[in-house]
Amino acid sequence: MGRFLLTRMISMVIVMIGISIIVFTLSRMSGDPRLLYMTPGTRFSQEVWDARGRDLGLDKPKVMQYLIWAGNAVRGDFGDSVWHKRNSLDVIVERAPATLMLSGISVVVAVLSGVGLGIASAVTRGSIADLVTRAFALVGQAAPPFFLALVLIYVFAVGFDILPTSRRGDWTHFVLPVTTLSWLASASIARITRSSLLEVLDTEYVKLARAKGVGRTKVIFKHALKNALIAPLTVSAILFASFMTGTVVVETVFAWPGLGRLAVQATLQNDFPLVTGLAVIFAAIFVLSNLVADLLYAYIDPRIRIH
Amino acid sequence: MNKALHPQLPARVWRFMRRYPVLPGFIITLLVVMGLFASQISPQDPLDSEISDTGAPPVWVSGGSWDHILGADHIGRDLLSRIIHGTRISLMVASVVLTAGMLVGVTLGIVAGYKGGIWDEIIMRLVDMTYAIPFILVALVAAVIFGASIGLVLTLLAIFAWPPFARQTRGLTLQLKHTEYVLSAKISGASTLRIGFRHILPGVINIVVVLATLQVGGLILTESVLSFLGVGIPGPDPAWGSMVSDGRDHIADAWWISMMPGVAIFLTIFAFNFLGDWLRDNFDPRLRQI
Repeated sequence: MGRFLLTRMISMVIVMIGISIIVFTLSRMSGDPRLLYMTPGTRFSQEVWDARGRDLGLDKPKVMQYLIWAGNAVRGDFGDSVWHKRNSLDVIVERAPATLMLSGISVVVAVLSGVGLGIASAVTRGSIADLVTRAFALVGQAAPPFFLALVLIYVFAVGFDILPTSRRGDWTHFVLPVTTLSWLASASIARITRSSLLEVLDTEYVKLARAKGVGRTKVIFKHALKNALIAPLTVSAILFASFMTGTVVVETVFAWPGLGRLAVQATLQNDFPLVTGLAVIFAAIFVLSNLVADLLYAYIDPRIRIH
Repeated sequence: MNKALHPQLPARVWRFMRRYPVLPGFIITLLVVMGLFASQISPQDPLDSEISDTGAPPVWVSGGSWDHILGADHIGRDLLSRIIHGTRISLMVASVVLTAGMLVGVTLGIVAGYKGGIWDEIIMRLVDMTYAIPFILVALVAAVIFGASIGLVLTLLAIFAWPPFARQTRGLTLQLKHTEYVLSAKISGASTLRIGFRHILPGVINIVVVLATLQVGGLILTESVLSFLGVGIPGPDPAWGSMVSDGRDHIADAWWISMMPGVAIFLTIFAFNFLGDWLRDNFDPRLRQI
């Protein structure tokens, strides 16, 4: 396990370095970073210009510039946001809870509803639960999240007028964003749960339990489910990563004051330091949750560790 | 007459529809025709806005007229014409990106599988890394720097489209490498390039075609997300994603502005996913796990 952990950690660090090089290269392609902070049209002396360059380390070779930038980034300094006029990280930290809450709740909802639907459709094959799961998956795969969100808004906020469409508030404000975000994940968890439960129900030990007279419900919940849940649970560890990027769309549609919407706003406002900061942080969360998923998988299923 | 052997016409039609992807095939044919002959088919100019027609409803909603069959958008442009021209953009993006992704992915996959060693290591790590990058965030960063443009959308999508091809091709090449016919070609002195092109490529092409079809839906979806966020195809060009975005603020009083292009995206992706699934099940059951 130790060696597995080590190789995964090393590859994670390599990926993060790769991403940071991409972001840094892109940032230098955008032109002289000094221009970001200068009001267009103002006059300033050559000394001021050079001094600003020295502050930002622009007189050093490119490799040094990258190392300075990366060093600052590791310490959480991505430069001041052009739009908010203060440290980008402060702006990010301020908006983070809204996003973490939204994706956290969505993970819980997706796992619970997915596993529930999966069990129901495995136990009663060809039933309504089966049909619902299929329909869910079909719609989730073909409908872009923003369209799904707008249809939900049209039905529940405009048509029936029972749910709010935007911003944060009491629990009702969570219903539509969480539904949109967890829709596809719930359907795929249901499908995975269904197939792995069916597989386990076909094994000898389950048949033996049935043969010695254990009731159907008890066999499913006490004997089969423990093994059948390995696959869906490992999948759900990756969910958090995909939900973090999913929030970019969902937060934009529902005017949710989190990181995803911040990223889109910063993009449209050309707020370069803020966008790079967000990109690096999103990448870190993304890579970290993938690592957790891998570890969880290796922990639950020892066969993985050998490879 | 035996009813089971000679079923009535409706039953036969139903059976045919279940066995072959009739509906998806029909939708895709329609899309291709719409994309190719957009200017000839569309009833009006997709960029022409008529202030008096602002928010005109579709023909079946009260107040609608045949002037705008699917209604008009928030600045009075004909939705049907815009959707038809949008087809051209979506299909163009999908075909350009897939061609690029396929060329790069298949070449690298064959190299990684056949050459092995350090080549394999480098290419596969590159694949892993591409999977580990959050696409949307990179797209946002790139949009700030270069400005939204169709070239940027194509480049970004292509960068993220090649890894699946490389991965599948590599796996298959590893198997083919040890077959008799490849070994005999090698012994008879065929060059590496020739073996790759003449002997391995034909063996992987089936999987590549199936994979490409399965990817179309995802590509169109991603492009629409970028356009929706305002970092994809720049306006006033009628990309479906930005058309849905146009109608966001009018959802209560003019739902059709968002819903019509949304339905177009939905049906398109649905059709390609179905066709891809069908191709996979019929031509290459090995791929069933993807």
